[in-house]
Amino acid sequence: MKHTISVLVENHSGVLSRISGLFSRRGFNIESLAVGPTHDPAVSRITIVADGDEHTVEQIEKQLNKLIEVIKVKTFGRDEYLARELMIVKVSATANKRSEIMTIADVTGAKVMDITLTTMTLELCDTYAHLCRFEEVIEPYGIIEMVRTGTIAIEKGAETFNAKK
Amino acid sequence: MKMSVSQAMVECLKAENVKVVFGYPGAAICPFYDALLDAENDIRQVLVRQEANGGHAANGYARISGKPAVCIATSGPGATNLITAIATAYADSVPIVCITGQVNTDQIGSDVFQEADITGAAEPFVKHSYLLKEPDDLARVFKEAFYIAGTGRPGPVLIDIPMDVQKAEIDFEYPDKCEIRSYKPTTKGNYLQVKRVLGALETAEKPLICIGGGVFASNAQEEITRLAELMQIPVITTMMGISVFPNDNPLFCGMIGTHGIKRANKAVNECDVLFLVGARVGDRAVKTPLALEKTTKILHIDIDPAEIGKNIGADYPLVGDAKIVLGQMLELAKPMKHDDWIEHLKGLEGAKAPIEAPAGTVNPKVFIDRLAAKMPDNTNIVADVGQNQIWTCNGYKFRKGGRLLTSGGMGTMGYSVPAAIGAKLADESRPTVAVCGDGAFQMSFMELATAVQFGVDIKVVVMTNNRLGMVRELQTNGYHDRQTNVFLDGSPDFIKLAEAYGIPAVRACDDGSMDKAIDMLANHKGICLAEVVVDKDMPTL
Ligand SMILES: Cc1ncc(C[n+]2csc(CCOP(=O)(O)OP(=O)(O)O)c2C)c(N)n1
Ligand SMILES: [Mg+2]
Repeated sequence: MKHTISVLVENHSGVLSRISGLFSRRGFNIESLAVGPTHDPAVSRITIVADGDEHTVEQIEKQLNKLIEVIKVKTFGRDEYLARELMIVKVSATANKRSEIMTIADVTGAKVMDITLTTMTLELCDTYAHLCRFEEVIEPYGIIEMVRTGTIAIEKGAETFNAKK
Repeated sequence: MKMSVSQAMVECLKAENVKVVFGYPGAAICPFYDALLDAENDIRQVLVRQEANGGHAANGYARISGKPAVCIATSGPGATNLITAIATAYADSVPIVCITGQVNTDQIGSDVFQEADITGAAEPFVKHSYLLKEPDDLARVFKEAFYIAGTGRPGPVLIDIPMDVQKAEIDFEYPDKCEIRSYKPTTKGNYLQVKRVLGALETAEKPLICIGGGVFASNAQEEITRLAELMQIPVITTMMGISVFPNDNPLFCGMIGTHGIKRANKAVNECDVLFLVGARVGDRAVKTPLALEKTTKILHIDIDPAEIGKNIGADYPLVGDAKIVLGQMLELAKPMKHDDWIEHLKGLEGAKAPIEAPAGTVNPKVFIDRLAAKMPDNTNIVADVGQNQIWTCNGYKFRKGGRLLTSGGMGTMGYSVPAAIGAKLADESRPTVAVCGDGAFQMSFMELATAVQFGVDIKVVVMTNNRLGMVRELQTNGYHDRQTNVFLDGSPDFIKLAEAYGIPAVRACDDGSMDKAIDMLANHKGICLAEVVVDKDMPTL
């Protein structure tokens, strides 16, 4: 089962390698990992999507908490959070395919970022699942290059997940 | 106060009340050693003969003193040599602070001479590490390092300091406390959970206490002994928990595990409530934790929440420091009786009696038994790894105040001699005996020189079977007795070797010489060595 885990860490160099090292050495499977700053410059936020049963997720949380620079860990429950991922994809698109691709973009919410005589570059920001569906329909046109950020997530509602000063 | 970072490092050690450091110099750590020269009266500097042994010596020192101990190495190969010792300390939750020199800050990352990314390489085995690039961070980093190493679940902390940083000038003031917002170990047990755990113990018919190394880490020997006696609960230990509980106490049932005592393993299978105290249920201690958790109610105290539920599911998890939690329990506990259960366990098969040793050899079990009878109660026994370790762990009858040290988690050969040096220096009033095999001794006998040079009175027992005995036995039992690469032909005459260091030595190869050897170990003032000749086919159990 997939789990989305939010981790607040001290913004020190080396933290990311400690975390990725922990996952690989303990055999935890990472689907994606996204890291960036928060509104507090001393704190970074990492969103990890990991695969595993309940026992594994409990261990992931506990082992993460053992790292000194990890401030807080939270595994989101189903439907408790809002998640987004950004995808940029370059597809082969000669003149006769352009309008079809534009239609797909329209329906899925993707935007055209760039266009050449032979290619189109599209961006789509949505959930992991939606991105996968988009990839499926765009695939037949010929994906030349694709890049994704990994999921970032935040809790629904007025609840906050911040580090205490 | 204005001073160099190196001088400040020395001031940090003084502030942490560090009396001894173990280490080995090199270019990248020279500024620090230079500053240490002016502190010789306050900080004894022991030059080991290989960096890993400096780490093991710090390990022995920390385990006896109960406080973080310090080892030092230079950059590159000095630092990488330390890794085995760091991993050994990590596996047994021993607080050591490792200080390594690093190449100049502006050279980091360019593969200059003796550059190794030691914080990266040691990452899997440290509780925490620092690459100190900002001279002004020094005082905070040292304060944090000692605090992190020694609190919560103890463990090794590494501080890597580039040479130019060591030479920088700073305005130094040592903080008197440190505040790490993301590190706040839980020490006190949740009151309701304490009551539930106690309730489960009270309603048990066949309760059993399993003591692990965590009891030493939290210095809870008194508390666990009182609780066991008050509630009349039989006690088993893991290898790391040996010597917590006096072996002459009628509640004691021995060590569990692959190399444990039958009675102890049976007790685990037959009990209805198993109370784990600072024991992580490693695979060598409990082979089938999943089967056990189905049939047995598991109560688990640990200061590390990640250990609870990791190897075995706990019906009653209880996070906290064993000393504090057991103290909480003792306030509420009432006397109980489990006479039938205790009687039943007594009737089970204990350690196997020693078989007759072929002429010219000594039965190691007999040797260990007689040694235990002659050594004072407060003796440190430092067991190495292999058959000799198991003979020692199962055979030495520890009385109150005795202490076993061994590399339980990592099983690092060569641990015993350097760790004994550290243990002895931590408390010179305690007799200290290293017991090792002829294989491991050849990984660490260079430290005899360290002991001689610094006048460290350790007793060394080398059990010679001319084999890597434990592996030989594994090949005998698991590989159709196809013995390979376990023969130690070419080993030196260990008596002559000791003499070459100016160390008195006796070879025990029959009853008479065995008693002579033990007499020397128990009564000789100063370092000495006994070789115990053991049959090559002697079984471990
Ligand atoms: C550093 C290291 N290398 C290899 C091993 C694997 N090993 C475990 S026991 C053993 C044999 C030890 O031989 P010796 O020191 O002579 O002790 P004995 O078993 O003969 O008593 C070996 C090689 C180990 N534990 N540690
Ligand atoms: Mg041997």
